[in-house]
Amino acid sequence: MTAVVARARAGLRFERWAPALLLGGAVGLYVGIALLTGQSQYLTPDNAVAILGRSIALGITAIGQTFAILVASIDLSVASLISASAVLASVVMNGEPRMILPAIVAVLALGALVGLVNGLIITKLEVNPLIATLGMALIIQGGLSAFVSNFAGAVPEAFLVFAYGAIAGVPLSLVFLLALAAVAGFVLRFTRFGSDIYSVGGNRDAARLAGLRTDRVVIGAHVVCSLCAAIAGLYLASRLRSGAPWIGSDGVYDLESIAVVVIGGTLLAGGRGGVWGTMGGVLIFSLIDATFNLAGVDAFAKQVLRGVVIVAAVAFYAVRSRRLVA
Amino acid sequence: MTRPSPGQGALVIEMAGVSKAFHGVMALRDVGFACHAGEVHALVGENGAGKSTLIKILSGAYRPDRGALRMAGRPIAFAHPLDALNAGVSVIHQEFSLLPERTVAQNVFLGREPTRRGVIDAAAMRAETARALDLLGAPLDPDARVGELAIAERQMVEIAKAISLDARVLVMDEPTAALNEHECAILYRTVETLAARGVAVVYITHRMREVSRLAARVTVLKDGEVAARFDTQPAPQTIVRAMVGRDIADFYAPPATPAEIGAVVLDVRGLATATLRDVGFELRAGEIVGFAGLQGAGRAALAMALYGEAAITAGSVSLDGAPVAFRSPRAAISGGLGLLPGDRKAEGLALMQSVRDNGMLGARAFARLLARRSTHAHAGATYIDALLDRMDVRAASYDQEIRFLSGGNQQKTILARWLALDPRVLIFIEPTRGVHVNAKAGIYRLMRDLARRGAAIMMISSDLPELIGAADRILVMRDGAIVAEFGHGAAEAAIMLAATGEREAAA
Repeated sequence: MTAVVARARAGLRFERWAPALLLGGAVGLYVGIALLTGQSQYLTPDNAVAILGRSIALGITAIGQTFAILVASIDLSVASLISASAVLASVVMNGEPRMILPAIVAVLALGALVGLVNGLIITKLEVNPLIATLGMALIIQGGLSAFVSNFAGAVPEAFLVFAYGAIAGVPLSLVFLLALAAVAGFVLRFTRFGSDIYSVGGNRDAARLAGLRTDRVVIGAHVVCSLCAAIAGLYLASRLRSGAPWIGSDGVYDLESIAVVVIGGTLLAGGRGGVWGTMGGVLIFSLIDATFNLAGVDAFAKQVLRGVVIVAAVAFYAVRSRRLVA
Repeated sequence: MTRPSPGQGALVIEMAGVSKAFHGVMALRDVGFACHAGEVHALVGENGAGKSTLIKILSGAYRPDRGALRMAGRPIAFAHPLDALNAGVSVIHQEFSLLPERTVAQNVFLGREPTRRGVIDAAAMRAETARALDLLGAPLDPDARVGELAIAERQMVEIAKAISLDARVLVMDEPTAALNEHECAILYRTVETLAARGVAVVYITHRMREVSRLAARVTVLKDGEVAARFDTQPAPQTIVRAMVGRDIADFYAPPATPAEIGAVVLDVRGLATATLRDVGFELRAGEIVGFAGLQGAGRAALAMALYGEAAITAGSVSLDGAPVAFRSPRAAISGGLGLLPGDRKAEGLALMQSVRDNGMLGARAFARLLARRSTHAHAGATYIDALLDRMDVRAASYDQEIRFLSGGNQQKTILARWLALDPRVLIFIEPTRGVHVNAKAGIYRLMRDLARRGAAIMMISSDLPELIGAADRILVMRDGAIVAEFGHGAAEAAIMLAATGEREAAA
């Protein structure tokens, strides 16, 4: 009996550290390949920042996706929302610095609205979140394509600071991402809303019987998720200097955000995990990409290997938790 | 501890003339029920008698169609479970509503976490949880994850939650259903402590032993109506008669006569796994062998090892004289084993499928094996229907989804699934958990019939009286080994002694 408990605890400790282990493996692989192929010039702090910089949009989106998955839901509409937000931002700004603030407000309002509608459809109409958000993705994408077919509008110079600005050599966008992660981590760990998200994700019936307004919690998580996607859209508008209706789907932000959340150790069934794991997942993803670039893997093989990594990482967790039960 | 005499405490909660119908079917009809401060009021009745509807009305999950609910004499209406909680009514459901990924303290404060300036006050949660656990005398760490706790410990978390809510009424729905004898004893003490503190405890149970141990008053529900109410402890037979409307004379089928016991079917020697050590025993044809022990003593682990679900590290198993080593449940079933899991809903049933489909699961999966034996048209629906008929499975039709059936009928359907395969050895884990009194006897009878037809039966149960009554022999396990053997009709205390390894029996 005591042996069983001890083993279970050891397994749990392992689970907590699994994302860190995976991350360590990814770093080791990257460094190893760099040294093997004689490209040690890529092992500088600047390069590390550059690797991270490529994943800002994914990181912001994935923070939101973490909320949706923790509450035992999911959001497939983030990629379309990113496109819509980027286009909306660049059209409203249209090169005018005085329109920056109204554009940001409009984009955030759009994000909040999409999240609210997603949440309402899922909770009040009881549509499976996969289907509800897939439908939302099609609606947004279709609506967007009806109005614009190419880069539309432009962001003013002043707004480029979001993507290209730096504080003491560190990109502003990276600082923003880390700050967002810190806020999200704090909310999940230390506030009522965060605690409610884990409770509802862990067992919605139990939470309801304990008196939680579970619908509101699910809707709240979806609003956070969509707001993050909207912010990612703002970032991409700044980075690309304009918005186009395909940038979200080109970046595969819907599936990749889900993949990094899961690689980061958040349970797809909800109730366990967190933002810092997700950040680890994002880092693992960018490191793998960077490693493939170093090794000169071609684009299609890269795609295959990414698929393998996702499946392997999830299988790794599954095997661990099965041992725990046995 | 002395039992408070009825009428001593103030009337805390009261139902008068409560009726509730679902789609025209009366679940409760003109039910009156009252519970006083400091008393344990047992609510008994068969499944379908209306107990769960009554609980759901008390807890605010349902609103009565007619009738009144009063607390301390004042009329009250619950629109949401939260209202009931705020009024001081806590319910401990049979299926625990705890979050396994969260800590004890987080579960105790689920839905009402204290905050300071918007931030959760984890220290206050921990302190209050520790206080509540202390009152219960439960040595649990508030920071332990609930998923790591044993079932009995989880129940303590539920009770701690009620204490910290300052519950005036505590409704416990068959709290001992998943507990072993030792854990039951702890629970009884806890219930007595709560009653002594002035809590009105509504205690729902099937077990007469618990009623006589704990209850000051007894209300018997039958077919949605109050069949009897006792203000003093009546004789168990009186209660049972009110529950089922008749006497249960031959509750357990008679044990096997020496002539009925045949050759050795399953022979296990020196078996060891990660949790078992040197387990050896024989099962003979025509025999029901009971396995007693505390939770975690290795009984379920032994069943799983025999069934090919756990790796065997040492020892040998032979079936009908031939050595076997099953590496998967499928191999074990092909070899002639069958297992009825303890957690029917999770491991035994496809809840959304029909009774017939559930019954045919085994025959379909092993259609080729059965065709090779070709003794009868096992795999056919007519065969299963006949089997279900013979076992007296009560369903509106065999096309009905099995989740609508009572526990007893579900268990019989699973048994039918096995009978279609003609197993040599059948392993029953908690065969009557969640099965009402009347149907229990039916299950025991079916087990005995099966043995008479030459099968060997391994019966794992935490319900000691049931083991003593139904089994021909009882093996007691402790810490992964078999530590004692008893014949039919052994004394409960002696078995407990062996199971706990203590000098004095705990219960």
